[in-house]
Amino acid sequence: MKIRHVLTAMVAASALCLTSAAAVMAAEELHVGCILSITGKASWLGEPERNTVEMIAKQVNAAGGINGKKLVLHIEDDQGDNTQAVNAANKLIKKDKVCAIIGPSTSGTSMAIVPVVQAAKIPMISCAGAAVIVEPVAERKWVFKSPQKDSDCVKRIYDHLKTKKITQIGIITSTSGFGAAGRDQLKKIAAEYKMDIVADETYDPAATDMTAQLLKIKAAGAKALVNWSIEPAQSIVPQNMKQLKLAMPLYQSHGFGNLKYAAAAGDAAEGIIFPAGRLLAVDTVAANHPQKKVLAGYRDSYEKAFPKDKVSTFGGHAYDALWILVNAMKKAGNDPAKIRDEIEKTKFVGTAGVFKFSAADHCGLDKTAFELLTVKNGKFVVLK
Amino acid sequence: MNMKDYIGIGVLALIVAVMPFAVGNDYYLGVLVFTALNCLTCIGLCLLLGYAGQISLGHSAFVAIGAYASALLTTKLGWNPWAAMGAGIVISLVTAVLVGIPTLKLKGHYLAMATLGFASIVHVVLVAAVDITGGPSGVSGIPRLELFGLALDTDTRIFYFCWALVLVALYFAVNLIHSRVGRGLQAIHGSEDAASSLGVNITVDKIRIFALSAVFASVSGSLYSHYVLYIDPGPFDVMHSVLLITMVAVGGIHSIWGAVTGAVLLSLLPEGLSFLSEGLAQFNIQYKTDYDTLIYGAILLSIMLFLPEGLFDGIRRSFSFFSKTNTETERGQ
Repeated sequence: MKIRHVLTAMVAASALCLTSAAAVMAAEELHVGCILSITGKASWLGEPERNTVEMIAKQVNAAGGINGKKLVLHIEDDQGDNTQAVNAANKLIKKDKVCAIIGPSTSGTSMAIVPVVQAAKIPMISCAGAAVIVEPVAERKWVFKSPQKDSDCVKRIYDHLKTKKITQIGIITSTSGFGAAGRDQLKKIAAEYKMDIVADETYDPAATDMTAQLLKIKAAGAKALVNWSIEPAQSIVPQNMKQLKLAMPLYQSHGFGNLKYAAAAGDAAEGIIFPAGRLLAVDTVAANHPQKKVLAGYRDSYEKAFPKDKVSTFGGHAYDALWILVNAMKKAGNDPAKIRDEIEKTKFVGTAGVFKFSAADHCGLDKTAFELLTVKNGKFVVLK
Repeated sequence: MNMKDYIGIGVLALIVAVMPFAVGNDYYLGVLVFTALNCLTCIGLCLLLGYAGQISLGHSAFVAIGAYASALLTTKLGWNPWAAMGAGIVISLVTAVLVGIPTLKLKGHYLAMATLGFASIVHVVLVAAVDITGGPSGVSGIPRLELFGLALDTDTRIFYFCWALVLVALYFAVNLIHSRVGRGLQAIHGSEDAASSLGVNITVDKIRIFALSAVFASVSGSLYSHYVLYIDPGPFDVMHSVLLITMVAVGGIHSIWGAVTGAVLLSLLPEGLSFLSEGLAQFNIQYKTDYDTLIYGAILLSIMLFLPEGLFDGIRRSFSFFSKTNTETERGQ
């Protein structure tokens, strides 16, 4: 009998030792998961995002980690595929035991893992645009996102159209997730700004000619055109407009925010107006702007770390997401629930804008996060 | 012959039963749920491809029909998930018959092209009919399945349920193959004219088996919806059809077990590779997911070169005692 007591005590004691040892081991490292579309159809999003999070992890750990604990990133590639994203989320949460997730890169993959993180009660900060990722907030308790909202982009465009006294507009959108979400917002917000959408055309993301749609828009009597897409096909619209000698002003979405798209449209891109984060035109942002330091800092360190690559807004979204998380973890350690509460209280000056999260707003950005940019001599500059 | 199939089903059932205790982590069960869904579609596809000899590049469309029927009827009209799954089956069945009547008169490449076209059309509708399907933004908030008041909300429960369905499907398929209909199908595969002269109604039989495989795909799609709880057109593009065909071909199109082998192998391969990359990382070797495609290609190429009858046949031949009687009886039929 006695021996059994002793044995039980020994087992209990060693179990205690083991668990506390495990706790100490775990406490020295903070595990964060990243689900990014590094390869596949959205690799131009995931690649700069991966580069950025790796760069930040190095910086954080070189500076002594988070409260002395090493930040360990588990980076998964979802290849832009919903099923892979769900597998990756399950893996990160159940196998790697991460305390938070950065990403995914696209709206579709983000929506696919929302049920997973909600059930597992692990905070995630998506790097994708669609507002539905974080709305309705009541059903998205654990979900945040770092890019600006497409609805705010629409508002900036409509604001500018109003100053030009244009009310009759045509819209042309691509049939991708990004384009469809933009089309919804353009139509929804039109009433509020008394905009009259006289033509509503769409094109396939792989389309090579939009002449037919543009002729319809011209015939409908549009005074300005809004083109909403994130694919290379969007550069064909200004080219077709030039060929058709359509003189109406062309507005594009923040999806135009890649210098390659302006280059693809050539001369026809000159004068295109589009709202975008300020990262694309750092040099022309006023020196006293609150974001100036962050923007220049991120661009310089990124282009120094990856000399072959140019800074992009997408890497910026990962930059914001990871820093917001790191700041929250400085206060909350590795407890997912506490991290979530901290993120919800976060105020942060990032590359996409000045974030102000709240229980009712898991995006934290408003329309001032967008700056109207234009193309001048093949470069993006702030519209004066 | 039949006995061996039943033993196979029994062994698979045993493996399934102990799997949750063996893997020890829900994450692996999640991967195996997707594996089960692919198995289900591939079993149906194998009946069509391997036994009836009709190629279809349109099965992603039936998976999509099942998935969207479940998603839309439950979220927009508040249907019971089982009723929605049933509706998906009916829609797939009717669609398969309507598509099958003209297309199954075609042969070889033409049939492949026609079904490929069908898959593209369904995908375009999913993307463009925004008001009905939600377009590229997809459908979210899909409810979970419930079985006798028990919500299928843990990976273990869904795992058992999906694999139970795979076993039922296998049992059904095996019986079908060894029935009069099954022998008729194999006769069609051999020579349509000969089969027809022996009294096999080839048109009806082909349409039947096409519709049956569509039902398998539809159920798999419905289960996908109720497991992931969010769908958009992404997973149901034409490339998914190609992947399904690849699974069946890699496993071996002439055996239902080949379809299962191929589906399991190709579903687990991405996870296997990510496991490999972690292993390599410990030795400071950088493995990039960009190499995945290369490895896939190498595997497919070597299987097609060295095991043209598929992986399952290769495994079977390496156990020669197993193979002799098997292949003989199969040819005999």
